[in-house]
Amino acid sequence: MTLATHDVRWGAGGKLIVDGVTLEVEPNRVLGLIGPNGSGKSSLLRLLCRLRKVASGVVTLDGEDIAGVGRRDLARRLAFVEQQATTEIALTVCDVVRLGRTPHRAAFAAWSAEDEHAVDAALERVGLSERHDQLWHTLSGGERQRVHIARALAQAPRELILDEPTNHLDIQHQLSILRLVRRLGVTCIVALHDLNLASLFCDRIGVLAAGRLVAAGAPEEVLTPALIRDVFGVEVAIRAGANGRRQIDYLVDHEPGEPL
Amino acid sequence: MSHLAIGPNWPARFALAGLSLAALVVAIALAVTVGEMPIPLAVAFRALGNGLFDLGYPVSAIQQGVIFEYRLSRALMAALCGGALALSGAILQALLRNPLAEPYILGVSAGASTGAVCVMILGLGGATLGLSGGAFLGSVAALVLVGLLAAGAGGASDRVILAGVAGSQLFNAATATIVTTMASAEQARGVMFWLLGNFGGVRWSDLAVAAPVALLGFLVCMVHAKALDAFAFGADAAASLGIPVARVRLVLLATTALLTATMVAIVGTVGFVGLVIPHAARFLVGPGHARLLPACLIIGAVFMILADVLSRILVPQQILPIGIVTALVGAPAFAFILYRARRPA
Repeated sequence: MTLATHDVRWGAGGKLIVDGVTLEVEPNRVLGLIGPNGSGKSSLLRLLCRLRKVASGVVTLDGEDIAGVGRRDLARRLAFVEQQATTEIALTVCDVVRLGRTPHRAAFAAWSAEDEHAVDAALERVGLSERHDQLWHTLSGGERQRVHIARALAQAPRELILDEPTNHLDIQHQLSILRLVRRLGVTCIVALHDLNLASLFCDRIGVLAAGRLVAAGAPEEVLTPALIRDVFGVEVAIRAGANGRRQIDYLVDHEPGEPL
Repeated sequence: MSHLAIGPNWPARFALAGLSLAALVVAIALAVTVGEMPIPLAVAFRALGNGLFDLGYPVSAIQQGVIFEYRLSRALMAALCGGALALSGAILQALLRNPLAEPYILGVSAGASTGAVCVMILGLGGATLGLSGGAFLGSVAALVLVGLLAAGAGGASDRVILAGVAGSQLFNAATATIVTTMASAEQARGVMFWLLGNFGGVRWSDLAVAAPVALLGFLVCMVHAKALDAFAFGADAAASLGIPVARVRLVLLATTALLTATMVAIVGTVGFVGLVIPHAARFLVGPGHARLLPACLIIGAVFMILADVLSRILVPQQILPIGIVTALVGAPAFAFILYRARRPA
């Protein structure tokens, strides 16, 4: 068992943004969340790691309501990678990754060998060991996202939540970030924009539209021309891709609803 | 994996602590000997011994008075004030994620002045509230107003500074209105002198208030050093690292308000110390708050003592308000930080 939501609702400014989502995450698998802009992906992710409190419904972790779990206990279990989080402070790569040890350290505890090992191991896993002392500002977008993932790994989480980690990256770095996520071997919930990347890297996909979960399941079950037309308003053709996954072709000359 | 504990480097820490204390002692020694009436260091030590332990050294009553009742209390107050304002600046810069944040620019000092003037001239709250109480309420009012303005303007960290400018103007206008319409000419001159910052009237009883507040504020901040580090990437990032964001913000903002208000109530508004010192300290010891906060305390204290000495000797026969001296250093530093913050998009 791992994360699950039961009829979760949340709104802001009098508008319902997450509208009755019931979802179960499978352990050690990658769950992709897709949906148009404003469909509630980011908000749902924030509800999952309790950065926002649900208005109704419950989010459970191993069957236990996370509203009753201490914030620090939760942080040792769940890590969150925001999209494009940056800082004005002159931090080095290892300063940033060290932040991941925050929930594991008492207020005045000295930096321990275990902390140091966790930081080194995390940097190793994202392939940035050599950048240990480099300044954060000097990193490229893809490297920054890797450092954030390393920071999250230093938390030693069993669940990792990522909000559009590939946003604003070129295709090479999009692929390398998602390949990394896929190989981490922890339960991942990742919001994605690109349908083909979702098809390529996710074990399961949840589709959000206007705050509701309209479909969930394996990519080949969920990603159908009919669903994509309904949710995204575009016509597609779907074929078997070279990777053995479904490949989605956008049919730009067809207006939605028009016969092929 | 190595089993060597990577603990703090104690010899280096003791050396640093010793060095900072030495700097503080030298600054205080300078402050008690330099002035209109130069007093040799040996005499100053004897006066100190007389004042603290009643040792009965032969020191003239005038020198004894100047050292113990005037210069030493003044230097210690300058140290506390500089340390407290620098600490407040470091906290506000971390919480608001803006390198330009500090009590003076965010209007906290202006709010404290208005509160203090309300008590001083309007007599609000009578004897129960007191000058410090009024200053505290004023600074909290300013923080709340600036916070609401910034949140209303979208909550981005650059909005906080704009909101602070608006808040400062409003509270300064309120202070000026009260002073010009309600105060007698003599009161008005006293208030104006006080508003620009002035260590002249400091007594040992003021230190008895300021020292515990500064110490308490420093301890509260140190307990939250790790939490402040976690704010580097914003409130959501801090929360996802297990920091109780709302509680930490409340406690630390209240602490900065208390520190600022206490200092403003005693010495008036002193600008730019909270801005400049944290940047200098970061340059020396790095961005980690466990080292940055003590560094701010010490560097702020030393800086303010030296600024006070300057204010006494810059113009012969006259004492400049301390706020003018800190602004002379602070305004160019503000411009420099602003220039550096300009990063290619």
